[in-house]
Amino acid sequence: MINWEFIIGHLNYWFFIVLMMTGLYIVIAKGNLVKKVVGLNIFQTSVFMFYISIGKVIGGTAPIFPVDMKIDNNIVYSNPLPHVLILTAIVVGVATTSLALALIVRIREEYGTIEEDEIFIIEHELDSSNKTPNTYKENGHF
Amino acid sequence: MSLPISHSDSFSLVEQLPILQILVPFVSAPLIVFIGNRTIAWWITFLASLISLLISINLLLLVNDGSIISYHIGGWAPPIGIEYRVDALNAFVLVLIALISTIVAPYAYKSVGNEIPKEHHTLFYAAYLLCVTGLMGVVITGDVFNVFVFLEISSLASYVLISLGSHRDKRALTSAFNYLIIGTIGATFFVIGIGLLYMVTGTLNMIDMAGLLEGKSSSSTVRSAFAFIIVGVGLKLAIYPLHIWLPKAYTFAPSFITAFLAATATKVAIYILLRFMFTIFRPSFLEELNVLNFVILPLSIAAMIIASLIAIFQKDFKGLLAYSSIAQVGYILLGISIMSESGLTAAIIHLFNHGITKVALFMVAGAYVIKRGGSLLTNLQGAGFTMPWTSAAAVVGCLSLIGVPGTAGFISKWILVEAAIENGKWPLAIVIIFSSLLAVVYCGRVIETLYFKNGNDETIVNESPLTMLISIWIASLACIYFGLSTDITISVSDLAAKMLYLK
Repeated sequence: MINWEFIIGHLNYWFFIVLMMTGLYIVIAKGNLVKKVVGLNIFQTSVFMFYISIGKVIGGTAPIFPVDMKIDNNIVYSNPLPHVLILTAIVVGVATTSLALALIVRIREEYGTIEEDEIFIIEHELDSSNKTPNTYKENGHF
Repeated sequence: MSLPISHSDSFSLVEQLPILQILVPFVSAPLIVFIGNRTIAWWITFLASLISLLISINLLLLVNDGSIISYHIGGWAPPIGIEYRVDALNAFVLVLIALISTIVAPYAYKSVGNEIPKEHHTLFYAAYLLCVTGLMGVVITGDVFNVFVFLEISSLASYVLISLGSHRDKRALTSAFNYLIIGTIGATFFVIGIGLLYMVTGTLNMIDMAGLLEGKSSSSTVRSAFAFIIVGVGLKLAIYPLHIWLPKAYTFAPSFITAFLAATATKVAIYILLRFMFTIFRPSFLEELNVLNFVILPLSIAAMIIASLIAIFQKDFKGLLAYSSIAQVGYILLGISIMSESGLTAAIIHLFNHGITKVALFMVAGAYVIKRGGSLLTNLQGAGFTMPWTSAAAVVGCLSLIGVPGTAGFISKWILVEAAIENGKWPLAIVIIFSSLLAVVYCGRVIETLYFKNGNDETIVNESPLTMLISIWIASLACIYFGLSTDITISVSDLAAKMLYLK
């Protein structure tokens, strides 16, 4: 017997879980570094959606007090706190994405590719060559 | 347990110490960028670390009697406002971070000068101070969402710092990228956990949350929140199967950054774990779920044995030390999973002692990078004769890692074994000793390479720069000091463990 009330009542959680797993799958399964970052973004966005949806109160309106501050106790407000929290998390997410993309640019410069398997072959050769890496040579320290 | 709580209503300097602990490195970072001079950047970094150390020692002295300092940011009382809450445990971890940061600062002068191009120095030191700020913020705050924000400040800074190792070896870029992906997944899991806890309690203040969670241990929301938080923090602290980012990141990062992060970053993650497990979820919740016995304990034993075995076969000294770090995290988790006050004391003491030991060893590895052109074991052949002082410090560090009496490593392992036997878990004592024997093997390999494999018959002494030697030897002497005089470390860890376990 399918409990439809349970399924529909938790609709936001189902969307959150599907989106989260989609993102996580892309991060793990895709070999292209840019696609990994896209997956990471989808994964993080799912968490933003989750936070925003738990702040919603049924029948609640936007949490803004009237200008004259005459607060009617009968009005139900949504919870603004999760939204504020996720604003911070979005900023963190943007910083992470930009840093990841900057790293990808540098990886492309050094390795000439952004495909994980090709990078792996190059690194494997470096690992097994047992060679001392090129030290940054500039003797005047300061 | 009723505890005296002091409030920050007055404006004396002592009352403002908790916020100054964060503000000093936080304000220094943009200052360095504005001034834009390499030498001044180093001086500001050093002074900021030193002031942080003085503040943290002051805080530790204030809470050493079992009291708690509660600082209200902007005068907003908790649970509405953000609270900085200092007790014996976080004061101790703050001292560890500030101490390591101060010890590695003189070392940075030459090491960074050698490994990082000059034009990047100011930004490098700014990112480093942001990393210090983040780590301290995680430890001092009493607000769960604030933990996430500070955790991401420190993580983002450390991704940048690790990637700057690319001037020596391009593999630093890919290891920083992998760390970024895994670290972000970990942090996001952590945020999901916090969100679920917020759904249940409607608060973000740790103490308030702990009170509201009482009697809700059977709620599946609370249980899944716990799982998300453990996995998220587990990724950051490199619990055994979640450790893949660590060895490469530590091997290819600039030596100075490896030394700092190895001694602090994973320790701070362990602090978060302790705080959530014992202050927010309480020991009774852990006992009910039995998560320590069935999850943390087997994983920590796996870490102690498998990571030590992998360490034996490493070609790179830094890689060897990185795997040994994973094994040592296993020791700390083992102490936690004994689930007793003495076990917790052992975990907290090992957290400190291992930090001191690893910072010494990674600094030695960095000295070899400069003087021998790399940290591969083949580079180290005969270095015992050409770099006598550096190599002597390596030996002291190795002895402390093994746990030879007279070094810091012995004290923590001894207390750990004692705790295991006291709680009737004597098979754990055998595991600890077996893992220490594996440490003898991998440390023995290093010492053998240094002193008994003189391929080129070099005898000309070519010692590391003096500023580096000073740092290396302060850390090595600390290994010996905390192995002989245990009053400070044991009494503080004991107090911290008591407060965690009773609350």
